[in-house]
Amino acid sequence: MSEPSYSPEEMMVVAASRLLDVDDVVFIGIGLPSKAANLARKNHAPDLSMIYESGTLDTKPTVLPLSIGDPELSRTAKAVVSVPEMFNYWLQGGWIRTGFLGAAQIDRFANLNSTVIGDYHKPKVRLPGAGGAPEIAGFCHRTLVLLRQNPRTFVEKLDFMTTVGMLRGRRSRQGLNVPGHGPQAVITDLGILEPDSESGELVLTHLHPGVSAEAAIGATSWPLRVAESLARTNEPSRSELDILRALVPSEESNIARLIPAIGGAGR
Amino acid sequence: MTEFLELTDAVKKFVKPGCSLAAEGFTHLIPHAAGAEIIRQRIGHLTLIRMTPDIIFDQLIGMGCADKLVFSWGGNPGVGSLFRLRDAYENGVPHEMEFEEHAHAAMANAFAAGAAGMPCAVFKGYRGTQYPEVNPKIKFIECPFTGEELTVIPAHRPDVAIIHAQRADRQGNVWMTGILGVQKEAVLAAAHSIVTVEEIVDEVDEGSGGTVIPRWAVDVVCEARLGAFPSYTEGYYDRSNAFYQKWGEVSREYDRFREWMEHYLVTSDDFVHYLARLKEDGYV
Repeated sequence: MSEPSYSPEEMMVVAASRLLDVDDVVFIGIGLPSKAANLARKNHAPDLSMIYESGTLDTKPTVLPLSIGDPELSRTAKAVVSVPEMFNYWLQGGWIRTGFLGAAQIDRFANLNSTVIGDYHKPKVRLPGAGGAPEIAGFCHRTLVLLRQNPRTFVEKLDFMTTVGMLRGRRSRQGLNVPGHGPQAVITDLGILEPDSESGELVLTHLHPGVSAEAAIGATSWPLRVAESLARTNEPSRSELDILRALVPSEESNIARLIPAIGGAGR
Repeated sequence: MTEFLELTDAVKKFVKPGCSLAAEGFTHLIPHAAGAEIIRQRIGHLTLIRMTPDIIFDQLIGMGCADKLVFSWGGNPGVGSLFRLRDAYENGVPHEMEFEEHAHAAMANAFAAGAAGMPCAVFKGYRGTQYPEVNPKIKFIECPFTGEELTVIPAHRPDVAIIHAQRADRQGNVWMTGILGVQKEAVLAAAHSIVTVEEIVDEVDEGSGGTVIPRWAVDVVCEARLGAFPSYTEGYYDRSNAFYQKWGEVSREYDRFREWMEHYLVTSDDFVHYLARLKEDGYV
């Protein structure tokens, strides 16, 4: 049997899903994190508790949601709470183990920018902004960051500090008085980076199959440190790929049927 | 006591030029019909307050109705950019606006503080981020009991809050279910509130689940069928993910956006007429 072929993005999502524990409690954003968590739940972690910031606790979507507030999420949730309750009791209260984050820029201490490219007041690109990220990073016990690795994203200096990773190093984060331990891993399309246990600076610890350390170094704007015992990620298995590829967002809505035709039976 | 008005009259009565307006609904129950009516009446100089501006505020911003936006995540959910918001922020189109930016936790707390009659919200947020440098309303105080540093921001006290809900009864009690975001907090924090509903029924209560906002906390109830589109109303209709995706294309260029809005929304008789036009041309 030939090896399954897969895209770099699929490798990235599979690698991220493997980092979730069988009984993890995970706060999820839309996009790749949502794919990774849903893959984990359908693969190795059936008891995974998935939480979306719209207020859905322990949701078990059968199709991939397009937004964090899709009806699929509330219909399959154990409980639906208000947004103030979500952020105050469940997140700030310290009940959520793992937070998943993405961003437009990351620096060597895994600090993140999702606010602007360029100057804050006159930016080249106005990005969506913080959302839940600053407090997810502060109050989840750990965070996992998913990003495609390239020099524009892996930058020497952030244009804006939206979300704190290790700040200026592990010790400086401890000075912030936030209970979460911060980023545990940055999963990219090339490999996995982890904060050094002393300094907190990101170190390349895993390469995905077929990727060289030079490629990862070249995709990073700061001089990237490489672990002495650099490991190789296992390829996605057939079953991981099958589950992942079956995760597609629902495009259907019943709304068109409910709208009357012009001049038809209005109200 | 709650008044029952046509949406046109409710907006005319409470949404005044220059007022502050919170229109809440977290992905679910976004009061789009009310947003469309504000655009039809060309009410300007508004301060718009919403966690996720979404299409409802993208339309108001692009049509020049807003002087200021208070927000915490300004993207098109699951799709990408809100181009009218971006154009206003990056290029001052159609005019320069003020932006007061927060994170979700802060916005949720500011609404909850407003609902509780507090001048400010106290929480643990923004630590280590650059937001306090660009938003002077983010301040830090010392807990008088533990000495811990805490974050404070002013409470949201909008002039008007607008939300959409599943049902109201004939007394004006409002019933809603599904993802409830910060809608109850927005209504209680505001000086006046307008609630649009899918239908008006004889009686509502929490016996079959959901949440009731009692009639004496609501100024006006308006029937607005399909009034959350392209957002959704649980139990009535689904989110139109397809329209959210098409909105990117419609809103990308200012001129095309203005033409589109005039053609479909501004010249429509009411929200259902606007939707019928969208359906006829394949947007839904």
